[in-house]
Amino acid sequence: MKTCSMKSLLVFAAIIFAVTAVGTGCKKKGPEPFPKSGAVAGWEKTSETRVYAAKDLYQYIDGDAEQYISAGVVSTSTSDYKYQGQLEATVDVHTMGSAEGARKILETGTKDAKPIQLGDAGVAYAQSIIFRKGAALVRIVAYESTPDTAQALLALARGVEAKL
Amino acid sequence: MKSRRDFLKTAATGAVLLGAQSKLGLAELLDQQKSKVVVARDAALHTAGGHLDEKRVADLLDRAIAAYTGLDKPVEAWKRIVPVGKVIGMKVNGLGGKPIATHLALTLAICERLQQAGVKPGEIVVWESHRSDLERAGYTISTDRSRIRCIGTDMDGFGYEEKPAAFGSVSVNFTKILTRECDFVINLPVLKDHDLAGVTFSLKNFYGAIQQPAELHGNACDPGIADLNCIPALRNKFRFTIGDAMSSIYQGGPVFRPEHLWYPNALIVGHDPVAIDYTGWKMVERKRAEMGLPTLESTGRPTTFLVTAADQTHRLGTNDPTHIHLMEV
Repeated sequence: MKTCSMKSLLVFAAIIFAVTAVGTGCKKKGPEPFPKSGAVAGWEKTSETRVYAAKDLYQYIDGDAEQYISAGVVSTSTSDYKYQGQLEATVDVHTMGSAEGARKILETGTKDAKPIQLGDAGVAYAQSIIFRKGAALVRIVAYESTPDTAQALLALARGVEAKL
Repeated sequence: MKSRRDFLKTAATGAVLLGAQSKLGLAELLDQQKSKVVVARDAALHTAGGHLDEKRVADLLDRAIAAYTGLDKPVEAWKRIVPVGKVIGMKVNGLGGKPIATHLALTLAICERLQQAGVKPGEIVVWESHRSDLERAGYTISTDRSRIRCIGTDMDGFGYEEKPAAFGSVSVNFTKILTRECDFVINLPVLKDHDLAGVTFSLKNFYGAIQQPAELHGNACDPGIADLNCIPALRNKFRFTIGDAMSSIYQGGPVFRPEHLWYPNALIVGHDPVAIDYTGWKMVERKRAEMGLPTLESTGRPTTFLVTAADQTHRLGTNDPTHIHLMEV
């Protein structure tokens, strides 16, 4: 009798929790994919993480949003970084509805992209890196070309990849 | 209220009067009836490493304005462009981050010339839709009304009009910065490839003046761009464009794609935004051809919004090259 009551109580609590969670729009929050300052040598996180739902993505990237929406983006998180106090970069993490969506975006790269071993697949340009891991599509862009840019971006990309 | 066409005629006539000082020939007089677009270039504006030589920007601006007005003295030239005692709004573009935002050096050079022409600091407003875009582009936010202001619509005290304004297919809520803070708007767009419209430059820059720009992107932004620019709240204030083509993106825009960054090292100025967009579009097409890329049309991004903007319903300017007086200096 006592065991039965305890069970009932637990079931009731679970129902209450579930109803509350749905009512408040609570979602399971994934791990923060942005390395903190110093977590990757030389890189400092210089802005708060900004998150855009698919419907608001135009506010961030204007017409470029369309290709992500077509590929099933759920949300996009972005943060700014600085390398050794000089080189500025932005990290965008697009959370797609599926790995297929991330694959679709990555495949739109141009022929001058250089394949790199990162996540499930990735490519690098002189000042940017794009890779996918599961349903995440990550684009890291540096705003300046320096002798250190390529290596520094790769290190930051590996830092992000490890947190996905 | 003057229509844009009336305004353009007035501007052209004014240019003729100014140009008469230099004894124009018949051909030149006929040219002055066209929409004048000045492309001013400085090949040394960026170093080989891609650094902007900011000291050269003010000179380039002066050269562009001198060519446009026919007046060598910058202060006199600016007096012909902007009204006295009105609030001058400057719509910049910070969307792509610092390398392809409206360069701060250009905005500051214009602010300097405006003040020399008699505009008070408190009568100058630099604005964009988001504070974060301004900051990422290197601008410092300022709300002090006695100084030059630099503000975003998403900041406290601004926001969007609750009542929508409409033309044709579009109904939009404009930023209060446009409707309540500015009397005369100078557009400072950035020339870029655009994933949907083909190119983005003068006309499309005002997607950053409305609450839901996403809704105007259908069908390659056509007729969204043209309809938006016909709404009186914008049309009656937007008077001049100083297009920033110092750095640009010829593929993968409108966001920053460093692999497609290029330095046209140019400013493109004029009163006719359609003629300016036409000129910018041709520059992007030339660069794409040079890089072995297909035309925008063949990639499914024809710039049909330009045709619509110039049609009899919209009459925002001309996309006919025979009606554009292009001056390259």
